[in-house]
Amino acid sequence: MSKIGVFICHCGENIAAKVDCTRVAEVLGDHPGVGASVEYKYFCSDPGQESVKRAIRENNLTGVVVAACSPRMHEATFRKACAEAGLNPYMCEIANIREQCSWVHNDGEQATDKAIDIIRSMVEKVKRNNMLQPIEVPVTRRALVIGGGIAGIQAALDIANAGQEVVLVEREPSLGGHMAQLSETFPTLDCSQCIMTPRMVEASQHPKIRLLTYAEVEHVDGYIGNFKVKVRMKARYVNKDTCTGCGECITKCPQKKLSSEFDCGIGKRTAIYTPFAQAVPNKPVIDKDNCTYFKNGKCKVCVKSCPLDCIDFEMQDEFIDLEIGAIVVATGFQVQNNAVYGEYGYGKYADVINGLQFERLASASGPTSGKILRPSDGKEPENIVFIQCAGSRDPSKGVKYCSKICCMYTAKHAMLYAHKVHGGKSNIFYMDIRAAGKGYDEFTRRAIEEDEAGYVRGRVSKVWQENGKLMVRGADTLLGRPVEVAADMVVLATAMVPQPDAKDFAKVVGIGYDEYGFFNEAHLKLRPVESSTAGIYLAGACQSPKDIPDSVAQASASASKVLALFSKEKLEREPVIAVNNEATCAGCWGCVLACPYNAIEKKDILDRSGKVIKRVASVNPGLCQGCGTCVTFCRSNSIDLAGFTEKQIFAEVMGL
Amino acid sequence: MSEQFEPEIVAFVCTYCTYAGADLAGTSRLKYAPNVRIIRLPCTGRISPMFILKALQKGADGVLISGCHPGDCHFTHGNYHARRRWMVFRALLNFIGIPPERIKYSWISAAEGLKFADLINSITEDIRKLGPFEQYDKLIAETEAQASL
Repeated sequence: MSKIGVFICHCGENIAAKVDCTRVAEVLGDHPGVGASVEYKYFCSDPGQESVKRAIRENNLTGVVVAACSPRMHEATFRKACAEAGLNPYMCEIANIREQCSWVHNDGEQATDKAIDIIRSMVEKVKRNNMLQPIEVPVTRRALVIGGGIAGIQAALDIANAGQEVVLVEREPSLGGHMAQLSETFPTLDCSQCIMTPRMVEASQHPKIRLLTYAEVEHVDGYIGNFKVKVRMKARYVNKDTCTGCGECITKCPQKKLSSEFDCGIGKRTAIYTPFAQAVPNKPVIDKDNCTYFKNGKCKVCVKSCPLDCIDFEMQDEFIDLEIGAIVVATGFQVQNNAVYGEYGYGKYADVINGLQFERLASASGPTSGKILRPSDGKEPENIVFIQCAGSRDPSKGVKYCSKICCMYTAKHAMLYAHKVHGGKSNIFYMDIRAAGKGYDEFTRRAIEEDEAGYVRGRVSKVWQENGKLMVRGADTLLGRPVEVAADMVVLATAMVPQPDAKDFAKVVGIGYDEYGFFNEAHLKLRPVESSTAGIYLAGACQSPKDIPDSVAQASASASKVLALFSKEKLEREPVIAVNNEATCAGCWGCVLACPYNAIEKKDILDRSGKVIKRVASVNPGLCQGCGTCVTFCRSNSIDLAGFTEKQIFAEVMGL
Repeated sequence: MSEQFEPEIVAFVCTYCTYAGADLAGTSRLKYAPNVRIIRLPCTGRISPMFILKALQKGADGVLISGCHPGDCHFTHGNYHARRRWMVFRALLNFIGIPPERIKYSWISAAEGLKFADLINSITEDIRKLGPFEQYDKLIAETEAQASL
C-alpha cells in the first residue's frame, strides 16, 4: 500500500498568492494512498528539506511529491533529500505548480483547481514509480584516435600527455594528413611542415601512444567505456621492424612514373615509396597495384637493393583486436573533384589546377621545390586567375555550404605568388570574402594592399585555351560588365567535401552523418564535439569544413571529453533507460529501427543444451539515452522506459 | 447558455523543448488560459497514440502534442518519429470518429515562452468552439449498457 507524502511549497508568495495551498493540502490529504499532505513556506530551504526528511521517516512514506517550482529547478535537490532520508531518490517527483500554474494564471480559484489536478496526477504516477538504481558502467582507460592528421595528432597527444593510453590509427603510410601537404599557413605564413613534423615525431615517439599507420578500422562493437575494435593492418610488404628507412629501394625502383597522391598528381613517385620525405614512420610501402613484380612476377630490384632483407612479397593483411574506452574520430576531408565544372576545364587543361595542387607547387618539399611553375611546360606563369567558391555555395553541384577556408587560402596563394614571382599579376574572382577569425581580415587586406591581389567580384562562366593562354571569361558585378583575362594558370578554390567513404565509415563506427556525409555532432551548439553515440567524439574537418586552428581546438576539446570520461573507473548514469521484457519480446526489431543510438542489440536465448530457441531485443544500458522512441514502436508492449513507464503515464492521465 | 464552456485539454510535451518553453512562459509571467494540463515526457518519440485515446477517454476535450522543432530534437530524431506517427494516427482518428481538430500538434522550443502562451490560448479557444467531446461518453455508456444485459 502506497503512502505518498505531498509537500506543497508556498515559494514565499510566488505560489501562495494565487494557489490556495491550504485547500490543496486538504484535498490531497483525502486522496487515496496519500500518507501526509503538508504545506510550508520554502521547502527548498534547509529547514524545508529537513521537514521532508522527517516526514519520510516518521510516516514511513513510500513516495514523495513536492509541489513547487519546475523539476528543472529542484528535482535534484529533493531527490537527494529523499536519498538522505533512506528513500530511493527515484520515488520522488515534482509537481510544477509555479512556472506552469501560479505564475501564468490570474484567477486564484482556477489556479487552485489546476494545482490540485497537477499534484493528483503526479501522486498517481509516484504510486507506480519503481526503485531505480543508477547504472554503473566500467570504463577501459584506453582511447582510440582514428585519423592521423593535425586533429588526430592533437587529440592523441593531449590524451597521452594526461597519462592515458592512446591508439592512433592512420590509413595512409604516414601521419600528417592534409596539413603535411600545405606550403605555408594563414594568417602567419609559417611553413606548415615546420610546425607539423615535430608534432608527428612527438606522436610517434610518445610512450603512451601506439601508432598504427597503413591501418584501417574494420569493425567497432560495444558501447561507451567498453568498445571492441578490429583494426586491419594493411600489408606494407616491407618489414617495418627491421627497415631503417635508408631509402635504397626507393632510389632503385624502376617504376618511377606513378602519380603521387601526396603531390596531388603533379609529382611522381615510385612503386615502393614513402609519401613524402619527412614521413612518420619513415618506412616505405609497396603499391601492390603498380609494382612490376606483383604485375609480372619479375623485378625484385628492391629485394636486391635492401641491405637488411626487409622486403617480403608474401606479407598478408593482419588484424588487431583492441579494447577501447573512448573513440575520437578525426578522419578529415578531401577536396571536391573539380571535373564537376566542365566549363572551367579542370582535367582538360593541365594548367587549371586546384588549391591543394597549388599548395604542392608552392611547398619547398613539392615537385618544383617551391617554384611556381606551370604543370604543362614548366614555365613561370606571369598571370594567374584564382576562382573562389569553385564548388562551395553551389547547390547545383551538391555543396550548399561555405567551405570556410578558401577565402583565406586564396589570399595566401596570391601572396605566395607575389612573393615568389615578382611582377606576376593575380586576379581573384570571388562571391564574398569571408575572413572571420583572429588576424584573418588583416591578412586578406594585406594581400590586396601590399601584394596587389586583384579582387574581382563575380563568377567565372568559362575557361578556354587560346594561343597558349587560358582565357577566363567572367563578370565584374561591381562595375556591371563582363571581364576577360588571359592567364597562364587558373587555380580553383575547391570545396572541402567529406571523405569518399565517410558514410560507410560512419556506419562501421555507429555515428550519424548529415546530407553531405559530414559526421553529426550531438548538439550543434552545446555538444559540438560529441557524436550522437556516447563515448565517440569528433575532431577536425570530418564534422564540417574547418581550418587548422579550429581543428586543433576541437581536437583538444574532444581530448578533454575523453579525459573526463577516464577520470573515473566507473561511469554512473541516470537509470532512465529502456528495459525489455524478454519473455514477451517477439523479435520484430521495430525498436532496433527506432533507436537513434544503436542501443538495442539482438540477443540469443539458449536452452539448456545451448540451442538458440529465440532471439530477442536487449537494451544496452551504456548506450541507451532514454528517449523512449522504441517503447512506442514495440508491437508486443515488451519494451518500457524506466521512470516513464506506460503504467505511470496512464496513471498520470487518469489522475487528472 | 450563460456560463461559457471550459474545455479540458491534456498536453503531452517533451522535457527538453516544450516543457522548458512552458517554464519560460512562467518565468516571464505570461498569462494564459488555465485549461491545459501538462504531462512531461523525455521526448515526443515516447508519445503513444494510446495516450491520446486515454486522455479522451478520461474526459479531455482536446489533446496537444508538442516537442522540439524539426532538427532540434535532443535525441536527434524522436520528434520525426512522433510526426510520422501522428500523420498515420490522424487518418485513423477520422476512421474511429474523433474529429482530428481536437488533437493539436506543434513545435515549441525552450526559447518560445510567448509562443507557448499564445498556443495555449488559441487551442483553448478552438476546442471551446468545438464544444465538449461527448463521442466517448456515448460509447462508454453503450458498452456499459450492453455489459449489463
